[in-house]
Amino acid sequence: MAQSRFIVVGGGLAGLMTVIKLAEAGNQVDLFSVVPVKRSHSVCAQGGINGAVNTKGEGDSPETHFYDTVKGGDFLAHQPFCKDMCYQGPAIIYLMDRMGVPFNRTNEGLLDFRRFGGTLYNRTAFAGATTGQQLLYALDEQVRRFEADGLVNKYERYEFLGVVKDSNGSCRGIVAVDMDTLEIKSFKADAVALATGGPGLVYGRSTNSMINTGSAASSVYQDGAKYANGEFIQIHPTAIPGTDKLRLMSESARGEGGRVWVPKQKGDSRPPRQISANERWYFLEEKYPRFGNLVPRDIAAQEIYNVCVNEGYGLGGGNMVYLDLTHIPREQLDKKLFGIMEIYEKFAGDDPRDVPMKIFPAVHYSMGGLWVDYERTPDGFLDRKSPRVHMTNIPGLYAVGEVDYQYHGANRLGANSLLSCLFGGMVTGPAMMEYVKNLNGASGDQPGSIYDDAESRWKDRFNQILAMDGEENPYRLHHEMGEQMIRTCTIVRFNKALSENEGYLNGLSDRWKKCSVLDTGITRNQSALFMNHLWNMIELAKVINKGALLRDECRGSHLKPDLKMEQPKDQNSPEYKEFLDKWHKQNDEWLKTTIAQWSDEGPQISYEPVDTSIIKPIPRRYD
Amino acid sequence: MSSTIEVHIKRQKEAGKQPYWEKFRVPYQASMNVITILQEIQRNPVTTSGEKVAPVAWDCSCLEEVCGACTMVINGHVRQSCSALVDKLEQPIVLEPMRKFPVVRDLVVNRQRMFESLKKIQAWTAIDGTYDLGPAEKQAPQHQHELYLFARCMTCGCCVDACPQYTREGDFVGPAALGQAYLFNNNKSARFQAEERLNALMGEGGIQDCGNAQNCVRVCPKDIPLTRAIAKLNGATMAQFFKNLLFK
Repeated sequence: MAQSRFIVVGGGLAGLMTVIKLAEAGNQVDLFSVVPVKRSHSVCAQGGINGAVNTKGEGDSPETHFYDTVKGGDFLAHQPFCKDMCYQGPAIIYLMDRMGVPFNRTNEGLLDFRRFGGTLYNRTAFAGATTGQQLLYALDEQVRRFEADGLVNKYERYEFLGVVKDSNGSCRGIVAVDMDTLEIKSFKADAVALATGGPGLVYGRSTNSMINTGSAASSVYQDGAKYANGEFIQIHPTAIPGTDKLRLMSESARGEGGRVWVPKQKGDSRPPRQISANERWYFLEEKYPRFGNLVPRDIAAQEIYNVCVNEGYGLGGGNMVYLDLTHIPREQLDKKLFGIMEIYEKFAGDDPRDVPMKIFPAVHYSMGGLWVDYERTPDGFLDRKSPRVHMTNIPGLYAVGEVDYQYHGANRLGANSLLSCLFGGMVTGPAMMEYVKNLNGASGDQPGSIYDDAESRWKDRFNQILAMDGEENPYRLHHEMGEQMIRTCTIVRFNKALSENEGYLNGLSDRWKKCSVLDTGITRNQSALFMNHLWNMIELAKVINKGALLRDECRGSHLKPDLKMEQPKDQNSPEYKEFLDKWHKQNDEWLKTTIAQWSDEGPQISYEPVDTSIIKPIPRRYD
Repeated sequence: MSSTIEVHIKRQKEAGKQPYWEKFRVPYQASMNVITILQEIQRNPVTTSGEKVAPVAWDCSCLEEVCGACTMVINGHVRQSCSALVDKLEQPIVLEPMRKFPVVRDLVVNRQRMFESLKKIQAWTAIDGTYDLGPAEKQAPQHQHELYLFARCMTCGCCVDACPQYTREGDFVGPAALGQAYLFNNNKSARFQAEERLNALMGEGGIQDCGNAQNCVRVCPKDIPLTRAIAKLNGATMAQFFKNLLFK
């Protein structure tokens, strides 16, 4: 029997870990990436990676981590994924330690851990404030070692365009374009994993890298893959506003003691240092005495938004609040947060050791993504023998990392994304191997026509794009769509605006057809590639918007102020009983996964139950 | 501050073609960077003489100086374009591609040679496997701090662009790879392959090609103490040289 062929698309943490698992077992892997993999978006993760190693004598445990994760996600996550991930957390951190990640150390020489949002434990391992970069580099190095051994073949600066399916609808390979030459080719595989990251660029400016268009996910969605929970977009509470992007200021700033405040006097224009402690409103600490500045991200972002937009306490009357580290010794900041100190200094021009940072929430992460399957064991872990783990509804096509919808429910806890990417890769590689074991006929035995047909469909598509010479500029169209999505589909959502968006987004699809490609060459024609991204981004925007419109409740990152139920403080009061009844009614109706399937008329939405068999959903509280 | 920015860009249609210059004028915005300028050109790709042209091609990704992609030569200095703030640049702003790598198009270059150098020096820890073997050895915080300095290298190529010894035709591995060799030779496990790395650095394109110009440390955006690594490696390769002679 011919050796099985594997393709992994995307070279961030999830993709590289999948590659490593496959190559380690002796398989040949073709790895595709739009950038040299060392430049993948995982580099932007700053604060750390969670694992309940419990070295601080706090009695932390994987079970507690599991609980925090499920509660943080407002109970929308399938619990076996969360449980298995949290139980593997410590081992994954140890593995990265062995690969040489320079994690910060305690005086005894052990791994150091810090606080993060949504938990009361020091559970987050970190390498300065560039943890994602350091983890990615470690995997990049391991993959380079497999490359030198001839097991991994990299196709860097290649962009995934679509999958190749056989007559049964199973995935048998991919079509990709060489970004330097615009040459379009098909590649055979018995199993394919998409690890292509999130769709932040749908919002124009976000904390995401410019490569995070969600284009690959959108392409397979338009080809029949289900897209789940698209409306759950995480807004990170703290980012530096900017003209090109909104730069992340890690949650670790608050984990190390950073405090969020605004002047009590609206519009107070004095420099922050002249505003004394009792003239400052530390609104998170006041409202959430237990978790303080480390409430989960959905809550922190919503409170900051509320204080600025609804209550008018934003700095200088605008949309910004202070994130203050100036009370922390400089040496400690340099040792533990250097990477973000540097970013703030370089981009905002002030030294955050001396002056409080000015921040505002920004689009950061997609909890939703391609629907993926699983099988569970009776005790609530993933069944590691199952080929269905992380497989999309297209047989043989897997999704892993931010591009999948598992682990995080309605709101991701900080420092769980690096863990979910690594854990996801560790189970996806083996699942792909299980799948090909039982596969009927290898990709090598497939009729060549399925590859030729897929290839020519994409060649036609690009020839059509290269001939476009309308009035619209695709980059301006993208900018406009991003600003519209930020206005209407981020922290607060109103049905009227979402409903109007439907027409707007359909209009964008029409305007796309009136675009000029701007560049008709074949050498590194970024505009032609961008035209394809833009089409795909518009399709994903429709999924996000439609899911948000239809979901008539508040859950995690999805906030509809018109439907918000205030939770009475006193749990023994009759008001609380009344609240609880209402909450149960709404929860019973809406605790379900949104599934979008592509159609000519726009996304078709249906719903699926969630496995909440281990931890019982309750109204979340952090005060 | 004028309300527009003038920018001169060295362009090239493809590898081997003659480069040419084009001038653009874009609207000024507070706190804008060179990326914003290039994005404005995408939205309105018209030169100062009114000619409609193809948008300028350039690489970028993270926009927060941590991925290394958007490196180019700005007003004569090699650096990342995301952290090049317009308010701090003299005008007209002059953009050119990096000078030591083949140009793919406009400001896009191919830096594959840097990644090949990482293979040459085995820039990795040869772990036994990804299964659970518990934590690595304990490590002094000071040791972690030293390694972290070198682990921040983005392979952006500023150091090799500025290095007089690193030429398009030559085979010098360059300061970035030397920094990585030092990093791995001091890692608790990867140091077990230190001799192989030192031997690789004694061959063609190895450490003897360093001319000690020290440009690398001056341009490194992450302030990596590259010359310190090179000095330490010099001593270590010398010792390895004699060891090889003795135990041949």
